[in-house]
Amino acid sequence: MFRIIHKTVLNPTVTQMEIEAPLIARKAQPGQFIILRVDEEGERIPLTIADYNRVAGTVTIIFQIVGATTERLNHLQEGDCLQDFVGPLGKATELEGLKKVAVVGGGVGCAIAYPVAKRLHELGACVHSIVGFRNRDLVILEDRFAAVSDRLCMRTDDGSYGQKGLVTDALRELIESGEQYDEVIAIGPLVMMKFVCQLTKQYGIKTVVSMNPIMIDGTGMCGGCRLTVGGKTRFACVDGPDFDGHAVDFDEAMARSAMYKPFERKAYEEACHLFEQAQ
Amino acid sequence: MANMKIERQAMPVQDPAVRCHNFEEVAQGYTKEQALAEASRCLHCKNKPCVGKCPVAVDIPAFIEKITEEDFEGAYQIIQKSSSLPAVCGRVCPQETQCESRCVRGVKGEPVAIGRLERFVADWHNAQSSVETASLPSNGHKVAVIGSGPAGLTCAGDLARLGYAVTVFEALHVAGGVLMYGIPEFRLPKAIVQREIDGLKAMGVRIETDMVIGKVLTIDELMEQGFEAVFIGSGAGLPRFMNIPGESLCGVYSANEFLTRINLMKAYRADSQTPIQHAKRVAVVGGGNVAMDAARCAKRLGADEVYIVYRRSEAELPARREEVEHAKEEGIVFKLLNNPVRILDDGSGNVGGMQCLKMELGEPDASGRRRPVPVEGSEFVLDVDAVIMAIGTSPNPLITSTTEGLETYRWGGIVAEEATGKTSRLGVFAGGDAVTGAATVILAMGAGKTAAKAIDFYIQKTKA
Repeated sequence: MFRIIHKTVLNPTVTQMEIEAPLIARKAQPGQFIILRVDEEGERIPLTIADYNRVAGTVTIIFQIVGATTERLNHLQEGDCLQDFVGPLGKATELEGLKKVAVVGGGVGCAIAYPVAKRLHELGACVHSIVGFRNRDLVILEDRFAAVSDRLCMRTDDGSYGQKGLVTDALRELIESGEQYDEVIAIGPLVMMKFVCQLTKQYGIKTVVSMNPIMIDGTGMCGGCRLTVGGKTRFACVDGPDFDGHAVDFDEAMARSAMYKPFERKAYEEACHLFEQAQ
Repeated sequence: MANMKIERQAMPVQDPAVRCHNFEEVAQGYTKEQALAEASRCLHCKNKPCVGKCPVAVDIPAFIEKITEEDFEGAYQIIQKSSSLPAVCGRVCPQETQCESRCVRGVKGEPVAIGRLERFVADWHNAQSSVETASLPSNGHKVAVIGSGPAGLTCAGDLARLGYAVTVFEALHVAGGVLMYGIPEFRLPKAIVQREIDGLKAMGVRIETDMVIGKVLTIDELMEQGFEAVFIGSGAGLPRFMNIPGESLCGVYSANEFLTRINLMKAYRADSQTPIQHAKRVAVVGGGNVAMDAARCAKRLGADEVYIVYRRSEAELPARREEVEHAKEEGIVFKLLNNPVRILDDGSGNVGGMQCLKMELGEPDASGRRRPVPVEGSEFVLDVDAVIMAIGTSPNPLITSTTEGLETYRWGGIVAEEATGKTSRLGVFAGGDAVTGAATVILAMGAGKTAAKAIDFYIQKTKA
């Protein structure tokens, strides 16, 4: 069992938990993920590692409450335990040797973009972080990004915080103002990553995206997380989750990620209903 | 005097019309009377041809003799000397190509139903007794087993009986490997597998779930932690796809994914938190036991039509005869000599049909089976809304890619000596599907057994 050491509400729909998992904490690297089950009947869900503390033996996850499992997870408190916590899975993001990088995070994807920015900063790279949220209430990790970024661009869809606009607008402005990036790393909703890649392709800037498809085992066994990259079938769990964004078939990935939407919506409603009744 | 009836005792089964709507076990097992009648068909041949075809060399005539004496516990003890999973093997072994294929009674009639008798004995034993807690004397040596499928469980059991402190590392959240995630409840009830695992635990075997070796710990780190030998029984879990257009549409599953959702994650239950598509018309591509399992699961989830699409003919179907018969009884339609070429999009990213090509059999290929060749201009579209690819699996590279000096074949299998399971790394042994590629439960058990012996020899020689 894996104990929740700290729980922090980052915004009304996003929660951070620090989980006691010393073996995983020892090995975890930015870009890798874990799979958890909340309880004995729970489904397995993948979450990218947001941070880790090798000394304290903890792994931090940040999740958005979007469905039944994350709703259940959010009802656990400090001291409670998770049934299962498996990792670190997937390949680490390749960051060595990069001199100047634009890290683009969208929404809860910022939780995954942050450790990447942090590691790049530690490696001495110049980091420009571009983070976007729907509105002011949903902003997370601003201080942490600020601490590891040479430049931080905040965008909200409605202009309630930072500048109004999309992360792609901010990235275009930076590129057009003459900023030269070795690489762009984009982590967020599929549609955001798709448009970041369309933009960077025009400028010929290598772009890495972190894919988070539906998954069961996370070890290459089910093939449920497969996606098409450069015309080839790849498994996000073992070949990724990072891929060359210019080669990823985003439309296919979006269709696949929506496969169980009706089931998920119903399960989420049922879970919410159960918790309401319990109160 | 032996019972000279030509036919074996029929296995009582659930009515096909009923069972194709539930996940309860299909074959219900012999009654005591049936077991006695069937056991008395054995001629107790001196040279025991059946034993020679058993990968773990169960003393078959001896256990059958105990049955005729109504000493069922005695029969169980004989089987258990050679096989650590009798209740499992009695259900899923391909007996018709192994022990029963050599039965003298098969020459002029049906062979003795050895598998069904094994199952009877194991079920009788399990019904009579709870899991024993046998504390075994420790020999002070530590061995790690990677993977808790049939190879790993057998190796762990044999080593524990010799006094080793065995820790089994399993990547998933439950132990059992393919016995848990792959083979469906209606063919192998999970409670039976769990009981075998509980038996191992009672013997002192430690099972650590959620441990993806190669990621959280490497083999080198296990050895640094004091494990004197490591057995790799990580199976062949990587699903193959055909690489035809449309394979990434929603509604295309690998058999591994489909079966894992159903068996491991219980998606067939209404209250399961894991979703699955309840398709109406399903094509399962492949002709092995896994294809039969997937097809029969799809039927049970409520499909009106389920097709097995296989590129060779019925004679070449690699599945056990009994599985093919059961599938047919349940209304699975066999589309033989057909090969998929493309999966069609219904316009919104879901499966809208599968384009196939008719095949005919040509000259024998490397496998000795006649090679299927396409019939010109024979394309047609099978109207389906889900496709399950059951065309095989290959070994997972997570361990081999993180263990320096561990030799593998080009196709990913670990190079290991057949007689010992020894790999290119000192103290590291391997067996089962991780070495051979996808095969059977009993062959994996045989390899686990062989490796346990070799590990004991290695440790006693070098470390004692």
